[in-house]
Amino acid sequence: MIFGVPLQALLGQLLLGLINGAFYAMLSLGLALIFGLLNIINFTHGALYMAGAFAAWLVLTYLGIGYWGALLLAPLAVGLFGMLLERFLLSRLYKLDHLYGLLLTFGLALVIEGGFRQLYGVSGMPYPVPKELQGGWNLGVMYLPIYRGWVVVVSASVCLGTWLLVEKTKLGSYLRAATENRALVQAFGINVPMMVTLTFGFGVALAALAGVLAAPIYSVNPLMGSNLIIVVFAVVVIGGMGSMGGAIITSFALGLVEGLTKLLYPEAASTIIFLVMAVLLLVKPAGLFGKER
Amino acid sequence: MGGLWGKRERLAMLLLLLLALVAPFLVYPVFLMKGLCFALFASAFNLLLGYSGLLSFGHAMFFGFAAYVTAHMGKVWGVNPEWAILGGVVTAAALGLLTGWLAIRRTGIYFAMVTLAFAQMMYFVAIQAPFTHGEDGIQGVPRGRLFGFIDLGESLTLYYFVLLVFVASLWFLNRVVQSPFGQVLKAIRDNEQRAISLGYAVNRFKLLAFVLSAAFSGLAGSMKCQVFQLASLADVHWHSSGEVVLMTLLGGIGSLMGPAVGAFLVVSIENYFAEAGAWVTIIQGGIFVFCVLLFRAGIIGTLSQWLKGLYSGVGKA
Repeated sequence: MIFGVPLQALLGQLLLGLINGAFYAMLSLGLALIFGLLNIINFTHGALYMAGAFAAWLVLTYLGIGYWGALLLAPLAVGLFGMLLERFLLSRLYKLDHLYGLLLTFGLALVIEGGFRQLYGVSGMPYPVPKELQGGWNLGVMYLPIYRGWVVVVSASVCLGTWLLVEKTKLGSYLRAATENRALVQAFGINVPMMVTLTFGFGVALAALAGVLAAPIYSVNPLMGSNLIIVVFAVVVIGGMGSMGGAIITSFALGLVEGLTKLLYPEAASTIIFLVMAVLLLVKPAGLFGKER
Repeated sequence: MGGLWGKRERLAMLLLLLLALVAPFLVYPVFLMKGLCFALFASAFNLLLGYSGLLSFGHAMFFGFAAYVTAHMGKVWGVNPEWAILGGVVTAAALGLLTGWLAIRRTGIYFAMVTLAFAQMMYFVAIQAPFTHGEDGIQGVPRGRLFGFIDLGESLTLYYFVLLVFVASLWFLNRVVQSPFGQVLKAIRDNEQRAISLGYAVNRFKLLAFVLSAAFSGLAGSMKCQVFQLASLADVHWHSSGEVVLMTLLGGIGSLMGPAVGAFLVVSIENYFAEAGAWVTIIQGGIFVFCVLLFRAGIIGTLSQWLKGLYSGVGKA
């Protein structure tokens, strides 16, 4: 017993918090990457997360391709779709106020979400846990469903990998340089527009991957993205979009905070992240890891 | 829109007003009232986006919570409509003061995300708070008697009341925009650093604009509650926040009548496709994309550019 809370319940909620944090992390990382280079907030991120989950369900239902194939195919398909969006629609707005990018992606999100709703309704489709990851381990203090552990491990690895890619590789250094000064990097002979397109594709592919990971936990539902993305926006405001590492840490931390709240004061569980945001705006408006700009 | 109104604008306004007066004999009044409520909502929103350059993605919270308060006061407390509406407006203004005070600490895209996040928080509050009755909403709110003797149960009477509120509000909002205060707002919109260097307390101006916009959005929500006798979760949902952005964008950001025109169009589309499921959402999204890519001046903006070109004889537009 800790603070009058049974240990088992505490660990259970912390695990749920970690899983939420894992989804926040993959989404906010993609948002931050895209924002860094394109200076737009991608509202379609939630819709494409949902599209990733749907892609997994579709290839399973119509092609018989299971979870492992979907893990590769869904991000690829959604990433390609994202690259088309960037090339043909978003790229027309770079010279305008950044708010237009937000409005455009909001409209696109409505179209995507409405399209899936029209085709598949809102009741949601179940997606089975792959048989290799079924069951759970009894850790003595708690029961750990293998799939949930898997989600946390995959997400953490993907986040770490992305962080290493951006911070430690040559390609990443181009990316960071282009974030700082696009014109100069282009003058050095690097194809910046191509890099922008690829970054956008990579960012939304992360969202789609998160969608595939989420499919067996939540059912596949056209509305699953829009509710999540608003929370992720708050996460991004709290963390600030200046640093990759900051976005990842903030996401997992807020997931844990949410899990704890569910245990201690369940009524506030759905609002706690927004409350944290309000407090942060008072104390450090630029965000935990952000620079005032 | 330079200076106060010219002759042509006055004439156009007069014609519109005449049209509005006879409209309920030609068109279903409830539809007109819905249009007027959303036109007021969009005009209030436009004060912020069009004249202060602040994009709020959370205006549904003011609209929706004012409706809840009006419904609660009218139904549970049984007060006259004027008090119930006033209660809604005051609630929206107070909510605007609190969220605006926090949100103006960030600018641009962050401001939009912060307002969206606060609105989502209020949405969860609306789901959980007992007085809003969750999924059911507050239904069957009596229309009541205005000042105790004007029966608003009569649709035509209610229509003229809604029209009066709309015209008075639009007049007031226009006065705000034309006032020195409005000029400072525009200066902040166009160049915030410059306005700061000129010694204006920029954040106070922004906050006042935010509160005014919230209050009139609340008035729109309260009026909608009067018309439909209902306050529900749909009004607080982020979808409503998106709709008001769409109305303003489609009609013309920063024009006097643009948001109203956009509101009537969007409401008409909704009515027309009401039975077609998610198509409303798809079409709205499509209009968003179209407006942002190709039609950024909106209907009124494009029209006035065209008229200007026509009258000056030089094809500037």
